[in-house]
Amino acid sequence: MSAPTRVAPVPPAPGGGPAAFFASLGERVFDLAEGVGDFAQLAGRTWRAAFASGFPRRDVWIQLESVAVRSLAIVGITSVFTGMVLALQTVVSLARFGAKPYTGSFVGLAIALELGPVLTALMVSGRVGAGIAAELGSMAVTEQVDAIRAMGADPVQKLVLPRVIACTLGVPLLTVLADVLGIGGGMLIAAQNGISSDFYISTVKLTVTLESFLQGLSKTFVFGWIIGTVGCYMGLRTQGGTVGVGRATTRAVVVASIAVFVSDFFLAKLFVVL
Amino acid sequence: MSASDIERNASSALPPFVELRGLTRSFGSNHVLRGLDLRVDHGKILTVLGGSGSGKSVMLKHMIGLLRADAGEVRIEDTDATGFDEAEWIRVRKRIGYVFQGSALFDSLSVYENIAYPLREHEDWAEARIAERVEACLEAVGMVGIEQRMPAALSGGMRKRVAVARAIALEPDAILYDEPTTGLDPGNSRRIGRLIQSLQSRLNVTSVVVTHDLDLCRSISDQIGLLRHGGMLETGSMGALNEGRLPEIAAFLEGAGDGNDEVGMHHRHAEPMPAGGETHGG
Repeated sequence: MSAPTRVAPVPPAPGGGPAAFFASLGERVFDLAEGVGDFAQLAGRTWRAAFASGFPRRDVWIQLESVAVRSLAIVGITSVFTGMVLALQTVVSLARFGAKPYTGSFVGLAIALELGPVLTALMVSGRVGAGIAAELGSMAVTEQVDAIRAMGADPVQKLVLPRVIACTLGVPLLTVLADVLGIGGGMLIAAQNGISSDFYISTVKLTVTLESFLQGLSKTFVFGWIIGTVGCYMGLRTQGGTVGVGRATTRAVVVASIAVFVSDFFLAKLFVVL
Repeated sequence: MSASDIERNASSALPPFVELRGLTRSFGSNHVLRGLDLRVDHGKILTVLGGSGSGKSVMLKHMIGLLRADAGEVRIEDTDATGFDEAEWIRVRKRIGYVFQGSALFDSLSVYENIAYPLREHEDWAEARIAERVEACLEAVGMVGIEQRMPAALSGGMRKRVAVARAIALEPDAILYDEPTTGLDPGNSRRIGRLIQSLQSRLNVTSVVVTHDLDLCRSISDQIGLLRHGGMLETGSMGALNEGRLPEIAAFLEGAGDGNDEVGMHHRHAEPMPAGGETHGG
């Protein structure tokens, strides 16, 4: 990527006060806009790399294993306990209104629409997004990214594309598992509170239609893309040795997690409108 | 006409392999290169000296388009490469090997896979032929038998030699060495020096070595230059140096000066780089 010409930072206004405040604010806004531009540029290059010759099929499989297979345990445990605690709270709350039989409907819908996709994305963001940023950050500060370019290869195709594809496909796969295990965890608690498993399943089936399941699932493709691209972006722009790698890792998790929540709202809004 | 001019004319039948004209590059407020001029003749070893932060690595990265100049020209065999796009630079990089300061071997790949990397990228060869070339490269650097070891299991000197083996895998016309002896003990430094010389004599490879290792400079150079304040303060042949016509370089080799370049040191600016884009060293 050729570097855009950079504008020298605005020197702080002498003496502090409102002028210094606005100068600092302006600099931050400028940096943010520049960051957004660089991110969009990386996303565009990744898209183009997907259709260029030399598609890194083997690397995609390796990364998919890293994203999906190695996240099974963390996503599984999180989902089961989320389903259990959700069912526990729901049973207690609904019992006050004599609506305990609706526990399956409530748990199923909450997990399929929101908790399954979002919690899976957050888990993957913490485990995989951080790992991507740390790995690429280490490569950047030890000039391995430059070495790829020096040998006539494209770091975006070699490093970014496989990770973004793996996250984009891996998060939905994990979400299916999370939905099943979360609803199953809820069933265990429901059974302990006098709701038979057959009844619980029938209420889940009644409420969680294929449409609502797919609605939750479709969001996870976006979440996965965000996690992969943010992790790669933060990793590749790492500077400052090991301290910089740590900073990039933290930023990757924070930015990806916030972006997941924000995009979740807008996607949910979009589905409501549609 | 001086002796150095005669030497220059003798090698000027061919255009310079690489030529930098008025190269200017800044990172934020840090003006690293300020109108740098340099020519690298075919088949010669050019050593560029300079203190820490003087812009030696930045200069080297411009020669293969890893960094783009703010102003000035980069010419490869008399062709203006300044405006090359990435695809055009890739064709140039296939002909120029690059040995990074920290070796930059891929941690996740074995020595074999590291050396095979450029071959897999540019050649459509059968595995047997790749293996043959990898072995030949390792033999050239005296490291046969470590194919399956991982970079983390190698010493600093071994990593440098594997990095050289990777750089010569595509049989390049030129090799750029960024501080090839930094962090090595004297024995390994001498071994790297001999390796650079033998590659030049056996394969007629044009070499650019940026370093502040004075012993290495004295032992391998055909031509020599001193980078200071963002430009080449002095350039000439070793003959000219020995005749006392390069006083600044002679003073540098004698250890005069503080070893740091004020351009790089006092205004060093930690500027974030675009993702997947350029990075700069000292």
